[in-house]
Amino acid sequence: MATATFRIWRGEKGGGEFRDYSTEITDGMVVLDAVHQIQAEQTGDLSVRWNCKAGKCGSCSAEINGMPKLMCMTRLNSLPLQQPVTIEPMKTFPHIRDLVTDVSWNFRVKERIAKFKPRRPDAPDGTWRTAQVDADRVQEFRKCIECFLCQDVCHVLRDHHMHEEFIGPRFLVYTAALEMQPLDEGDRLQDLKSQFGIGLCNITKCCTKVCPENITITDNAIIPLKERVVDRYYDPLGKLFRMFSPRGT
Amino acid sequence: MAQVDVPLVRSRFGETSRADHWWVQPVAVFLGLSAFIVYSTWAALQGQHYRFGAYLSPMYSPELFGDPLHAWFGAKASWMPAWVTGAMLILWAPGGFRVTCYYYRGAYYKAFWADPPSCTVGEPRKTYLGERSFPLIIQNIHRYFMYLALAILVILARDAWDALWFDGHFGIGVGTLVLVTNVVLLSCYTFGCHSLRHLVGGIRDRISGAPVRKQAYDCVSCLNRRHMLFAWCSLFWVAFSDLYVRMCSMGVWSDWRIF
Ligand code: SF4
Ligand code: SF4
Ligand code: FES
Ligand code: FES
Repeated sequence: MATATFRIWRGEKGGGEFRDYSTEITDGMVVLDAVHQIQAEQTGDLSVRWNCKAGKCGSCSAEINGMPKLMCMTRLNSLPLQQPVTIEPMKTFPHIRDLVTDVSWNFRVKERIAKFKPRRPDAPDGTWRTAQVDADRVQEFRKCIECFLCQDVCHVLRDHHMHEEFIGPRFLVYTAALEMQPLDEGDRLQDLKSQFGIGLCNITKCCTKVCPENITITDNAIIPLKERVVDRYYDPLGKLFRMFSPRGT
Repeated sequence: MAQVDVPLVRSRFGETSRADHWWVQPVAVFLGLSAFIVYSTWAALQGQHYRFGAYLSPMYSPELFGDPLHAWFGAKASWMPAWVTGAMLILWAPGGFRVTCYYYRGAYYKAFWADPPSCTVGEPRKTYLGERSFPLIIQNIHRYFMYLALAILVILARDAWDALWFDGHFGIGVGTLVLVTNVVLLSCYTFGCHSLRHLVGGIRDRISGAPVRKQAYDCVSCLNRRHMLFAWCSLFWVAFSDLYVRMCSMGVWSDWRIF
């Protein structure tokens, strides 16, 4: 039976070290299986967060060989096993223990985004009508499982620690889902420009690269929002044109 | 804004746990863009060999001043310094379009400014301004360059049309194909622009009930998905088109007439 070595970060509150564990591997195993096996057979006190093992709860986020990934969706046969597989906690959030980080900052950010504000109902019975094509555009954003891998990889948070000025790709996706929602009447452009820090994103697309739900974060959420911010704040000619055009946006 | 309670660890420049060749892509972008900048600067400084018969190099189109037979405003004005070439008068427009393009921005921030060098790789500088303040806030001008790029596209299409006529007779040479390919690739690039995508459809939450708008939005979105590919293909082809015309004009290559 084949074995592979896993170099796992062990420690508490930012401190700690890598420790190597070798374990038997079988066909179809994912990284989370190997971590569980190591926990069961070699080190019962290894902390790891997980829940669904199906890529849907977003709990098992970690950095595997330096890239943010879901442990339950990373198959061992996709990794070079001749060398140790490194598994680390996400860097962008405060470390709690071993592979577990405190992602609660994200929930606090979400509370600050203006909620869905529907227009008056279309029909007397209090219901609305939406064309499928209009719903399609925001549908993609609703796939998000809040794994926060995109937040982890984004250099504005990861390297520059601008957690106070930038809401990160996950919440730009969330804001885009609300802003582009045809029933919504809320206006988040001022917030996007100032306190959400959309101008801090330099469209380097790392978030898009790591999203396990394949949401086209940069192209379909962030850039369209940037363009809407340009409409309002940086495009005097466009503004003039719209003032005199028969229909507003 | 919500705070994080525990201090986070900062990476050193180049620090990463990645085991793959993460540096290959930024190095390739750096070399590709540098090669183009060097070639286009050299070509723009030449001021000659940009026309060969029916062919006009896209780096010198539109020809504002120059050859009195073809140039829009006739011969070069006497008050213009001798070193000013036709390319210098116009290249700022397509240049500005590319420099402010969302794709190129992301690519050169990584390759030329290491911000970040690659995903999850530590950065050289601690301070970061992003596109929120001066100077990069100027990138928001992109849509204005897009309007100019659309106009230039019409002019280049006209040049490709002219390249079908050899002394008043219809014909096709290799140069014709080169210039037509140039227009096709540049169109695929320009019509896939994020700002255009916004203008034709992204600006509204509802595009149902506006079939033309929806069609336009779908077309632009389709090209937009391959924006990076067309950015590179069109960049390479513009340089090659100039080289082709230049080499023919210098007599190094001879243009082959297909019919
Ligand atoms: S594209 Fe923007 S949000 Fe996404 S990782 Fe890069 S800087 Fe962060
Ligand atoms: S956008 Fe993608 S990467 Fe980001 S939290 Fe949602 S699912 Fe995870
Ligand atoms: S355990 Fe639920 S996403 Fe991995
Ligand atoms: S975004 Fe690339 S050309 Fe406009």
